[in-house]
Amino acid sequence: MNNPIISYNNIISSLGFDSATVVDKISKKESGLEKIIDQDILDRPFYSSMIDVGLLESSYSKLGTRQKYTKLEKMMIASLSDTLKSFEHPLNERVGLIVSTTKGNIDALDPNSSFNENRAYLGELAAQLKNFFHFETEPIVLSNACVSGVLAISVAKRLIKQDKFDHVFVVAGDLVTQFIISGFNAFQALSDLPCRPYCQTRSGINIGEVAASVLVTNDHSLAVEESVIVMGDASCNDANHISGPSRTGEGLHRSIESAMKEAAISANQVDYISAHGTATPYNDEMESIAFDRSGLSEVPLNSLKGYFGHTLGASGLLETIVGMHSLKNNTLYASLGFQEMGVSRPLNIIKDTTEKTLNIFLKTASGFGGSNTAVLFKKLNS
Amino acid sequence: MENTYFISNYCHVKNNAISLNGSLVYENEAVDLNTFLKSAYQNFQTDYPKFFKMDGLSKLAFMASEVLLKSIEMPEEGSNIAIVLSNRASSLDTDRKYQESISDSSNFYPSPAVFVYTLPNICIGEISIRHKLYSENSFFIFDQFNADYLYEYGASLIDSKKADSVLCGWVDVDKDKYEAFMYLVTKNGSTVHTKEEITRLYQYQ
Repeated sequence: MNNPIISYNNIISSLGFDSATVVDKISKKESGLEKIIDQDILDRPFYSSMIDVGLLESSYSKLGTRQKYTKLEKMMIASLSDTLKSFEHPLNERVGLIVSTTKGNIDALDPNSSFNENRAYLGELAAQLKNFFHFETEPIVLSNACVSGVLAISVAKRLIKQDKFDHVFVVAGDLVTQFIISGFNAFQALSDLPCRPYCQTRSGINIGEVAASVLVTNDHSLAVEESVIVMGDASCNDANHISGPSRTGEGLHRSIESAMKEAAISANQVDYISAHGTATPYNDEMESIAFDRSGLSEVPLNSLKGYFGHTLGASGLLETIVGMHSLKNNTLYASLGFQEMGVSRPLNIIKDTTEKTLNIFLKTASGFGGSNTAVLFKKLNS
Repeated sequence: MENTYFISNYCHVKNNAISLNGSLVYENEAVDLNTFLKSAYQNFQTDYPKFFKMDGLSKLAFMASEVLLKSIEMPEEGSNIAIVLSNRASSLDTDRKYQESISDSSNFYPSPAVFVYTLPNICIGEISIRHKLYSENSFFIFDQFNADYLYEYGASLIDSKKADSVLCGWVDVDKDKYEAFMYLVTKNGSTVHTKEEITRLYQYQ
């Protein structure tokens, strides 16, 4: 069987409510991060990219439903509606749904929430989506920390290759909440300024919120212009620490090696790396070690955290979609916030929007629990 | 899908009892999960102080994996055993504790040591560290035990040569309810890996 492709896709973010709009703003180095003053979330200003409730409401109201949904459900429904609109097959037993999230409707635990606490069960969130779109199959919720969004593509590909499904819709999303912000703040990981991945003066992360969705399918006739083939993928644990990255980049290095082996390519065939780059001191340093060990230190690389912040369970999917458009447009986008090299091993950080023929890109992510994922994608029409 | 795999060993932790391959190996009249797992830890003479820092979900997953993996031969320098776990409540048991620590602004004490356990896959990280498993791992959430997806995903990891064997299962902690069921999918053995067999072993008392 041919490897599956990624077809229809959508991004709901502070930079716009469809992928092309969002990518156009990235090409102009326009960031979705802004200073937020909200005492209910944090007792001091912080930088984030949050989705405007009014804009979400007006996009969502076009769908004409009267049911009461949470903000995250509205984001995911709006995103999936756009991705589903050109899909003409019935949502039968050959069509899967994967929901990628780290915290789901965690705001339902807040005593001030207008929703029942039970809404915080991730299965509840998935059930809302299944019922809204009338999926026949049981949704799969994937909650594997910050690698969830890109691991979800890997899981979709594996279930298709296993002949469980022909098509899998993947939707990913997480919210900016007091729960998340106070936690990262307790870790002293939050930056008070827009983040600067890989930069000497980086001072931590920004947390942002998006919803993103794609169709992963074995039907190559459903391809769109930006479609890519999922060539190879792997997720290897660091087996080192639950909240700190490995000092040797072990899990990420192994993930990359395993993905390259499956894709049957070598490091010099990779045209672009869409890295994780959270702008915490240890994460970015770890990545530089892993990429160097894998012979990738000369490949143009960016982190998109300077545009959206870290969008947790959605980040890997969001950044894969931007990577697909990068390949289609044969354009490398700037790693916003980077100025001086701030990691110990060489990396080829993209400083400006640059035209270049691109065929293959590598997407990586790393997260709590020692998790790492690497996936290689190839332009379908190359 | 063309390959046949086997379930070599399985383990249950529920109702204050631990069983391995259907035989009771430990029980205790403890009042809560934490007390029960602590006494199990001592009973099995586990020497792993990190255990005491874990939340309930990680302790439960850790104990089940200890009993199961102790029953097989593990090579010195790590094996390629993937870990695929699932549950219903994600990390909600710890999420609620963390939420309590931030709900009252006059009594605001968010702790990084609690926050890190507000992700379900942390328990996979704990098992990986314990056994030096640099392997594939993923955590799924289902409304109830889902033998179908565990079967498909477990088999796909061995089919695609990402793993030699897979530690699969269900590990759920939600208020005063808890349950763990883990099983090892291998290339050799006598019990054939099928959805029906996974379901049967899950229900086996």
